[in-house]
Amino acid sequence: MSLAGGNLLSLVTFLPCVAALIIAFQNAEAKNNARWIALWGTLVTFLVSLLIWWNFDPSNAGFQFAEERAWLGPIKYKMGIDGISMLFVILTTFLMPICILASWESIEERVKEYMIAFLLLETLMIGVFCALDIVLFYLFFEGGLIPMFLIIGVWGGPRRVYASFKFFLYTLLGSVLMLLAIMMMYWHSGTTDIPTLMTTSFPAGMQWWLWIAFFASFAVKMPMWPVHTWLPDAHVEAPTAGSVILAAILLKMGGYGFLRFSVPMFPLASQELAPFVFVLSVVAIIYTSLVALAQEDLKKLIAYSSVAHMGYVTMGIFTFTNQGVDGAIFQMLSHGIVSAALFLCVGVVYDRMHTRQIDAYGGLVTRMPIYAFCFMIFTMANVGLPGTSGFVGEFLTLIGAFKVNTWLALFATSGVILSAAYALYLYRRVMFGVLEKPSLKAIRDMGPREIAVMAPLVLLTILFGFYPAPILDVTATSVKKLVANYETAVKTAKQAAAPAR
Amino acid sequence: MIYQAIVFLPILGALIAGFFGRFMGPRPAELVTSGLLLITAVLSWIAFWQVGIGHETTKVNLMRWVTSGDLDVSWSIRVDTLTAVMLVVVTTVSSLVHVYSIGYMHEDPHRPRFFAYLSLFTFAMLMLVTADNFLQLFFGWEGVGLASYLLIGFWYHKPEANAAAIKAFIVNRVGDFGFALGIFGIFALFQTISFDAVFAAAPAMAGKPMEFLGYQVDTLTCLCLLLFVGAMGKSAQFLLHTWLPDAMEGPTPVSALIHAATMVTAGVFMVARLSPLFEYAPFALQVVTLVGAVTAFFAATVGLVQNDIKRVVAYSTCSQLGYMFVACGVGAYGAAIFHLFTHAFFKALLFLGSGSVIHAMHHEQDMRNMGGLKDKIVLTYAMMLIGTFALTGVGIPHLAGFAGFHSKDAIIEASYAAHTPGNYAFWLLVIAAFMTSFYSWRLIHLTFHGHTRADHHTYDHAHESPPVMMVPLYVLAIGSVLSGVVFTSLFVGGGYKEFWAKALVEGPHNHIMHAMHEVPEWVYWAPFVAMVAGFGLAWLYYIRAPWLPDATAKAFRPLYLFLLNKWYFDELYDRLFVRPAMAIGRTLWKRGDGATIDGIIDGTAGGVTQVTQRVVRLQSGYVYHYAFAMLIGLAALITWFMFGGGGVR
Repeated sequence: MSLAGGNLLSLVTFLPCVAALIIAFQNAEAKNNARWIALWGTLVTFLVSLLIWWNFDPSNAGFQFAEERAWLGPIKYKMGIDGISMLFVILTTFLMPICILASWESIEERVKEYMIAFLLLETLMIGVFCALDIVLFYLFFEGGLIPMFLIIGVWGGPRRVYASFKFFLYTLLGSVLMLLAIMMMYWHSGTTDIPTLMTTSFPAGMQWWLWIAFFASFAVKMPMWPVHTWLPDAHVEAPTAGSVILAAILLKMGGYGFLRFSVPMFPLASQELAPFVFVLSVVAIIYTSLVALAQEDLKKLIAYSSVAHMGYVTMGIFTFTNQGVDGAIFQMLSHGIVSAALFLCVGVVYDRMHTRQIDAYGGLVTRMPIYAFCFMIFTMANVGLPGTSGFVGEFLTLIGAFKVNTWLALFATSGVILSAAYALYLYRRVMFGVLEKPSLKAIRDMGPREIAVMAPLVLLTILFGFYPAPILDVTATSVKKLVANYETAVKTAKQAAAPAR
Repeated sequence: MIYQAIVFLPILGALIAGFFGRFMGPRPAELVTSGLLLITAVLSWIAFWQVGIGHETTKVNLMRWVTSGDLDVSWSIRVDTLTAVMLVVVTTVSSLVHVYSIGYMHEDPHRPRFFAYLSLFTFAMLMLVTADNFLQLFFGWEGVGLASYLLIGFWYHKPEANAAAIKAFIVNRVGDFGFALGIFGIFALFQTISFDAVFAAAPAMAGKPMEFLGYQVDTLTCLCLLLFVGAMGKSAQFLLHTWLPDAMEGPTPVSALIHAATMVTAGVFMVARLSPLFEYAPFALQVVTLVGAVTAFFAATVGLVQNDIKRVVAYSTCSQLGYMFVACGVGAYGAAIFHLFTHAFFKALLFLGSGSVIHAMHHEQDMRNMGGLKDKIVLTYAMMLIGTFALTGVGIPHLAGFAGFHSKDAIIEASYAAHTPGNYAFWLLVIAAFMTSFYSWRLIHLTFHGHTRADHHTYDHAHESPPVMMVPLYVLAIGSVLSGVVFTSLFVGGGYKEFWAKALVEGPHNHIMHAMHEVPEWVYWAPFVAMVAGFGLAWLYYIRAPWLPDATAKAFRPLYLFLLNKWYFDELYDRLFVRPAMAIGRTLWKRGDGATIDGIIDGTAGGVTQVTQRVVRLQSGYVYHYAFAMLIGLAALITWFMFGGGGVR
């Protein structure tokens, strides 16, 4: 704990920012300088985050590596992580070097600015998961969108303006409401300190409004049906690494928000509104899976499948069971790896053929066996095959769902059939069949850099499928506490209500 | 150690062949995988001896798997008699199929991949049969599904193979949907999913209600039926059978191993393994019986008219699996596993024999283009005859016969002793036995007897397969002849209680294993008569009066077409599920996402086209607007905080 003067979290958060600053002073023509500095910056950040993981005590349910400094009056600069946020930090720092590598050759324009945007984005994303002051959280949470806008808007595809506009409209709505909610919470409790707010019991009526306000913001981020339509467009227009970060990290902020704010701070409202979340989750799972079946664009298909997978997450969180919440976190982390990998897979062929139309491919397995192997592993993880990381999260959330409501479990489980349908149908159209399109005749398999990008993702997908303990052990204690606190809160409210009758 | 070796040697082979096959070439890949499998097979027979004869039940804990709250699941190996029987079946057939494939696939450029898949399948199947909890069972279950998918689609350039592979996976997923719900239910009610704990708690759970989908239902009945849906998918039972015939698009050794001897019997294994649950869910068992009997009958009817040699055998497999489920349903688990055991030998023999025919005929599979082959490939002919004897159950009641005679007749006797309503199960099985005999001999006559209908070139060049393919056939032939008579007393006879020990459980009111030996004399002779009648009719139709099949088909044309088109299940499902799913997906996308949701979003902003045009002029100016809005908001917030707007302090 005393390492680096107890400022490890600040260090890991702002290291990428420092790297960005160094790049800013480089000559714009020295593209490789920017690339290498970004790579080293993200790698060192990753190492520091591993050091944090190493020193993290999984048996402690409270916040660790806490830092606190006076800042703006009642608002403090306060950081800390628990079992719920720990691995999201690791996921972020782990994926960053991969994103930098994946952009190595595909980004040729404004490399310097691109790298700066990514590094700033990393700082803001880590900040979201570490912030223990609600205003600080808000700053990171909303601030992260700015570099993402830029990444889509500057390095994106032809319809990037439409995409970022849509993104903007959606998130604006959510963030305004969240801001109002934060004011209301401060007005009621006189603090913006997250751990204090978690022990504050807000009146039931007020919880309801606060819950709705936060929900508006997180549901858009997740994204939940029906506010998901920005995602496919954003993905399609974003450059590969942008899609990776969007799917792997930014979407997880919604789920993280539910776990950090909605459930612990507004347990009564959460309990009351859980059926509402269940309905939206199940609709997301079935609706978007069916929509995915009809897609003709690689990235759109994977984007829709992301929405379906996030349905399991929201469902799991609001079962308020150990398995459901553990499963939701696991599903988010696993999806972070798998969806990142799938978007990278799309990037591999996009870099070669410059099209994302599924029809433009076919028979790739003949020329690209290594690629076909990787894509198969991730397809299976997407389908939730046991032995891949995709299975564990789905299984745990569903087991939690069955405990709560069998209808819910029935509908959500039907997603396993639909996911198999769209994922295998996609794989068949891209990989199998006879390679007869003349443009594909000379396509080459993945090179060493691409293999280096893909290999860790393949390994982790399999590893966490067979041995998910490294993740589940970290989250267990904090989740137990979360569920227990929720149950106590609901029980107390019930007891308080009983004599009144 | 022996058990770890049995389970993990195949995956070792798969990894070596899969990752290094490209570098070391096909021959080493073949030898490594086949060699490891042969070792595994020998070890399995040793394990069978130790457990089945020596009665040592063993459990090996390997590693933690999923731990969450009160859920705690480990990777482990459980070997009792039931597992030991399955180990023997799986590794024996698998090793023989590996060896056979060296010959059968010798022209294929992707042999390392093929052998890697075969070994991967074997590993998943071994994980399935050695599971000690529901989740590992499910792992093996889906794992064999993956291997099956990969192997059916092995010739990925064939569109039919790709379609069949996807179909197999998705239909199985429909089954797994029920299986998964069953597991969730088991955990919700038992708070554990490890076999022993659940089995121990099952009797106390009998008759207790649970709530499912808003209804009060009997707990064990509901859970067992959900789990059985999984078994129906994997074992291609009526309604979920459509994938199995299409799976014949895969290479023939795959059909022998996966779609005849091992994977498709996983459903039967599952019901037998869960006998401690099913025994307390009598209604679920009645459903199992019904589904099994209907499948046995239905698949046999379709088998009567198929022209593809592999499809005949495939429908026969489907039908025989129905027999096994009837045995499970009436509580004669020993008979079910006995038939599973013997069936593995003779059905693998029939498939590999068909493969040898197809090999001889240069990949011709249509029996209408065969005939008269008995003189050209006499050894294959002899092997196919042995397989047919075993399948049709040639033997003399109370004495001895080929493998299928002992196991199939045991099931038919058990089905009589069970006294199903109107004895429907018994009669359906006897009629199916008659049809089995007819279509099996039809296959032999069309393929080997009479004048050839093949073109000259093919017929003249028809040649016997090399020894590497024939030796596995000989081994399987020995099994097809002897496995019945040798093991009958252990599996279903006097020694069955001691042999099965605690692996199979019988409820307090289940006396079927005794009752099946005390049926009236004519019941023993009924399958014998059916078998002889089927043989006679086939002889009449295809040898004595070869014009009869056409005449019959013409006379009963609608019925003939109904059977030829497999009761129109594919067409029905296509209309009911496949096309609607695609259409709904497209509609939701265009109308739901596009017109409705985006319409509202765009509408609130005053029409997307206008705004987008304005945005285009502003370029990415919206980013700055956003940043600005956020900063203003923050500034307002902070000001409010700083100047006491909070009102608390």
